[in-house]
Formats: sequence, structure tokens, C-alpha cells
Amino acid sequence: MARDTQENLPFAIRAFSPEQLKEALRKMHLIRLFEEGAEESYMRGLIHGTMHLSIGQEASAVASCMELTDADKITSTHRGHGHCIAKGADVGRMFAEFFGKETGYCHGRGGSMHIADVKTGNLGANGIVGGGLPIAVGAGLTAKRLGRDDVTLCFFGDGANNEGAFHEALNMASIWKLPVIFVCENNKYGMSTAAAYATAVPNISDRAAAYAMPGVTVDGNDFSAVAEALHIAIARARAGEGPSLVENLTYRWRGHSKSDRNRYRTKDEIEDWMSRDPIQRFRAELVAHGIIDEAGADAIETAAKDAVAAGIEFAKAGPAPAITDVTKFVHAEEAA
Amino acid sequence: MNAQTHISQPETKTREMSYAEAIRDAMAIALERDPTVILMGEDIGTYGGAFQVTGDLVERFGKDRVMDTPISELGGAGVAVGAALTGLKPIYEFQFSDFAALAMEQIVNQAAKLRYMLGGEAAVPVVFRMPSGSGTGAAAQHSQSFEAWFGHVPGLKVVQPSTPADAKGLLLAALADPDPVIVFEHKLLYKMKGEVPEGYYTTPIGKAAVVRQGKDVTIVASAIMVHRALEAAAKLAKEGIEAEVIDLRSVRPIDRETIIASVKKTGKLLCVYEGVRTLGVGAEISALIAESDAFDYLDAPIQRLGGAEAPIPYNPDLERAAVPQAAGIEDVARKLARGQV
Ligand SMILES: Cc1ncc(C[n+]2csc(CCOP(=O)(O)OP(=O)(O)O)c2C)c(N)n1
Ligand SMILES: [Mg+2]
Repeated sequence: MARDTQENLPFAIRAFSPEQLKEALRKMHLIRLFEEGAEESYMRGLIHGTMHLSIGQEASAVASCMELTDADKITSTHRGHGHCIAKGADVGRMFAEFFGKETGYCHGRGGSMHIADVKTGNLGANGIVGGGLPIAVGAGLTAKRLGRDDVTLCFFGDGANNEGAFHEALNMASIWKLPVIFVCENNKYGMSTAAAYATAVPNISDRAAAYAMPGVTVDGNDFSAVAEALHIAIARARAGEGPSLVENLTYRWRGHSKSDRNRYRTKDEIEDWMSRDPIQRFRAELVAHGIIDEAGADAIETAAKDAVAAGIEFAKAGPAPAITDVTKFVHAEEAA
Repeated sequence: MNAQTHISQPETKTREMSYAEAIRDAMAIALERDPTVILMGEDIGTYGGAFQVTGDLVERFGKDRVMDTPISELGGAGVAVGAALTGLKPIYEFQFSDFAALAMEQIVNQAAKLRYMLGGEAAVPVVFRMPSGSGTGAAAQHSQSFEAWFGHVPGLKVVQPSTPADAKGLLLAALADPDPVIVFEHKLLYKMKGEVPEGYYTTPIGKAAVVRQGKDVTIVASAIMVHRALEAAAKLAKEGIEAEVIDLRSVRPIDRETIIASVKKTGKLLCVYEGVRTLGVGAEISALIAESDAFDYLDAPIQRLGGAEAPIPYNPDLERAAVPQAAGIEDVARKLARGQV
């Protein structure tokens, strides 16, 4: 029986192979466990500064990146660990970066907020809300000028959609028909400020109309719904028809950053969203459709745990950057 | 850390407060005495501000006067400019001074120039509060020191309080000023305690403070660097070197007289500032000495200690190495005093 004739199946089950789906489940677990590991390392003083955890938003990151290749680019946000892993980064080098090591993705210069992996097409997290939006448009321009068919997926939050950069970026992507997919991860709040208060339209996807591009809002904790919306948007971008705006409705379980006291939302609201865990939901879906059994799913989770533990050890063992190298990387190295 | 206060009227009643509390106290006093004062900024209401500076002010003064803005720095700063132009007195809080880069247009092209462009027919009495500086592990986009950037713009005034008392007095002075004022608040000072006069008072903008008297070398510093300079001076005193430490307090206008008088006394000048060393505040101070009659009193080349020629790195050791620390200040001041530079 051909799988693609089963029209009643969820999109993801129809569109992806069992291997791809299992890999997606692995990445979702890896993101969750990576962030729990980072949180613990932070408590233990191994990581300084602050960090923004995306626990609860894993489906959005992984499903959005399902159809991307290494040639495709993403721009990420301050809440970017999930995007980084979804795009294919190695958790050992990510931990090394968090620990400020020379072996980290940014050689200890960037930390959590600037995590990037240019080789897998991740142009980087960003400390500036909305900072990645025009950059994504620039990446789209490169692809178009150079006649390449790669696309750029631009992650940003509900808070970012009130920055001028958002509006300018969408407009330019549209007038030049650039291969950019704007993915808004609407987790209901920008720090403490509710999207419903700060944004004049009910759905952020409504703003697509102002820039003459398709806009759609989906349940961001439903892997298949996100993957389907992205499938359509990516196909449109690759076909040279221009940008799209996809809004993934989701929720961050943790506070905004390490110093959040959660005074702007209720415990009930948090618990309600925690009962809609995107990972358990996806796992149950895979089991229900016979893609994997419980033991297989457990094995994936255990393997992810091992990868995180190994990543932390790799990070600990790495060397710190030399103090004398404080100005290294400011400019291109001069030929010796 | 405890602040060494330098209050002009020592007879006034004081209370111990943190730097953040002193700023909040200033805002509460302003909100109480002037109905046109409003606070604007991201997450300054229920959240209490990214650094808990506005704290409970929204509960005391309501959402109409303590306004959460969307994440829209250009627009938010511009709304504050427009409100100031037409009769309100807004204090706009940036979550980090770095994000003022998004609002450069409204601050530099509009706020700073409106009075002049309109031939004196308009005023923009707006205050921009900017948490500034490194040392928190927040890396390149959340750790910068932009004093020299804004200090380069005629039409703006730029202050950098180093103590709780000055944080309150300079903010109230900024609000009383008829022109736009930028207040750089150092993030590492928010928890620092010190004696703060009660009630309303202002600390004059454009006046430096001699926070330690000395005859051997002048150290001009601002914000957290004042405390590092004092730490260095205390160590040097044990070796018989008496450093005079000047707290700049205001970058624009800059207090030429106080600096010149001190250099005439000591004959040696060290400028310490957190912003990038090249084209920074220390360049201006060096130049004003070179141009003045204090030049003849110099017994050694002027020295500058500033931020590294690099963005602020994430790694904590690199981050410390990227800006002046007490040990480095001590080292250079000692060499200066001993005639070794
Ligand atoms: C230009 C700018 N303004 C403010 C901030 C401080 N800040 C960091 S994240 C954030 C909230 C962003 O909200 P959203 O875009 O919804 O992303 P989320 O944190 O919810 O993932 C704020 C206000 C910043 N980093 N950059
Ligand atoms: Mg959000």
C-alpha cells in the first residue's frame, strides 16, 4: 500500500520517511535535554551570563527545519538553541560555547545569545530583537542574485513583530520576491508583555496582507501542522514566487530568561501548556501510526541523553581562549 | 560595594539606598511633583524593568504613567520625543543602552536638533535612561559603553552617575533640564549601596567631583571606573603615592575647569573609561589638557586606559580583559607617579 495515498493521515506521516520522522523525534528530545543540561550547568556555575530556554517550543524548531538542506539558511533569535540543533549543530560544540571555550562554535566569544553554525546554514542567534529579519532578506537576495535555489528561514518572536525591522524586511522580501520564509514563534509574550497587548492585530500572520504575501497561523506544538505550513511556504520560495509568513502558536515553559519571576502569567496557564507537551504529542503520533514502538522511542530518548552527557564532557575538556587573543576575530587575520 | 558619597549639602537627611532604588526614588518624586512626567519602556510595568529599576512604580502610579511599550525602540523613543515636544516630560528606559542603536534616528537626528533647527522655538525635555557597560556575561550586543557616541552630538547632554546619590540627583537634574539628556546607568552599580539625600534635589549636570584628593597623579574616571580608580588609589597610598581621583559624572558638557585644576596640581594625567579606547572620552580629556595652560604643568605623557579594540567577549576572563580593571589602573598610575612612562 503506497503511503502517499492515505489521505487521512497527518501530513508529516504522509510526507516523511520513518527514518526522517525518527530523526525529528531525536532532535526534539535532544533540544529538550540540551536545554535542561544547560540549565543545570548554569545552576552549577559552569555557564555565566544569561540564557533563554525554548523548552515547550521544540516542535516549532524541528518541524520548521524539516525540509531544509545545509545549503538553506536560517536566522535565529536569542531563544535559538532549538533552531541550532534542528539545523544540525553538534551539542558538544554548543556546550563548549556556553562554557566559553575555544572549542565552542564562536570560540567562546559569543555564548548562548550568539550561537551559530555557519557550516550547517545557521547564520546565528541574535541579541537584538528583530535583528535577524533584514539579514534573512539579504540572504534571500544573495540566493536570488546568484541563481541558487536555496531558501532562508527567518525565525523571530511575537515581540519582534513590533520592531520597524520586521515591517521593512517583509516589505523588501515581497517587492523583490525573495526566497524567504518568515517564521514567527508566537509564544504569547515578549518578555512580560503579552502579544495581545503589544500587537494591533489578533494574529501576527494578519500582517502578511500588508506586504502582499501569504500568511498562516498554525498550532506550533503540532509537528505535522507546522511541517505542512512550511512545506507550502518553502515550495513557494523555491519556485521563485516569493516570501511567506508562518505563525507557530506555542509557549515557553520557562521564564523569559534567568531573572524572570513570572509575575505576568498564571501558574494555571503555564501548567495548561505543559500538559500539551509537543514532544509527547509527536511521539504518541508516531507510535499511533506504527512508525515506532514505545521501546524504540525510549531508546531515542536515551541516546539523546547520552549525547548531551558526552557533549558536556567534551565542553569541559576544551581549552579556554587565550587572554591575549581578546582582539582576535575583530578583523580578518592578516597574512603572516 | 559601598559608595563613597559626595553630596553637596551634608546637612540634609540621608537614607541608605541602592543605586537602583535611588533612581526609582527619583522617578517616584518626579511622578509625584509633576503630573506631566511619564515613564515609558519595555517591561517597566508589571515586570518592574529588566533590571528592576522601575520596580513597583506601576502599582503606585498606574499604567497610564508607567507605560509598557511594545518592543519598538525607534518608535518608542520617537513617541517620547514627540510627547516632550508638546508638553509632557517622558523618561524613556532602554532595556540595555545597546538598543539605543535602534533609536539613533530619533535621538540624534530629531531630539538633539529640534530646538536648533527650529531656531529656539521648540524644546525636547526628554530623558533617556540607558543601562550600560560590561561585566554581566551578556556579550557583544548587551555590554557596550556608548558615552562617546552620544557625547559627540551637540544638543544632547550625557551623564554617568557613579553613586546612588548622584544617580538620583543627576536623574532629577536631567528631568529639570529643558533639553534631551541621556543617563548612562552602569549595570554593575545597580546593587551598590550608599547614602542618598531624602526628597527632591539635583546634582548639577556638567560638574565633575573630586572624590579623592592627591598630589601625585590625576585619575579621571566615570561610572564603575571611579570605584576601580579609588581601589587602585587606596593601594597606591600604601606606597606613598597619592592619586587624585575625579569622577567625571558628565561627559557632555565636560567639566574642563576641575580637570585642568587637578592636572596643574599633579602634573600627571591618567584617563580611565570603559568605552573603546580609540576616539573615546579619554581622547577628549587628553586633548583639552593639551590645549590648555595645564599642558605646561605636565611632567609625563598623558595615559589612557579604555576598552579593548574589540566587541565585549562572552568568555568571562576575556570579558574582564576587555575593559580596565583596578590592577591595571594601579599599575599605570604607579608608573606615571614614578616617572616611568
Ligand atoms: C532591540 C531589542 N530590544 C529589547 C531587547 C530585550 N529583549 C530580549 S528578548 C525580548 C523579548 C522578545 O520577545 P519575542 O520576540 O516574543 O521572543 P521570545 O523571547 O518570546 O522568544 C526582549 C524585550 C533586545 N534584546 N533587543
Ligand atoms: Mg514571544
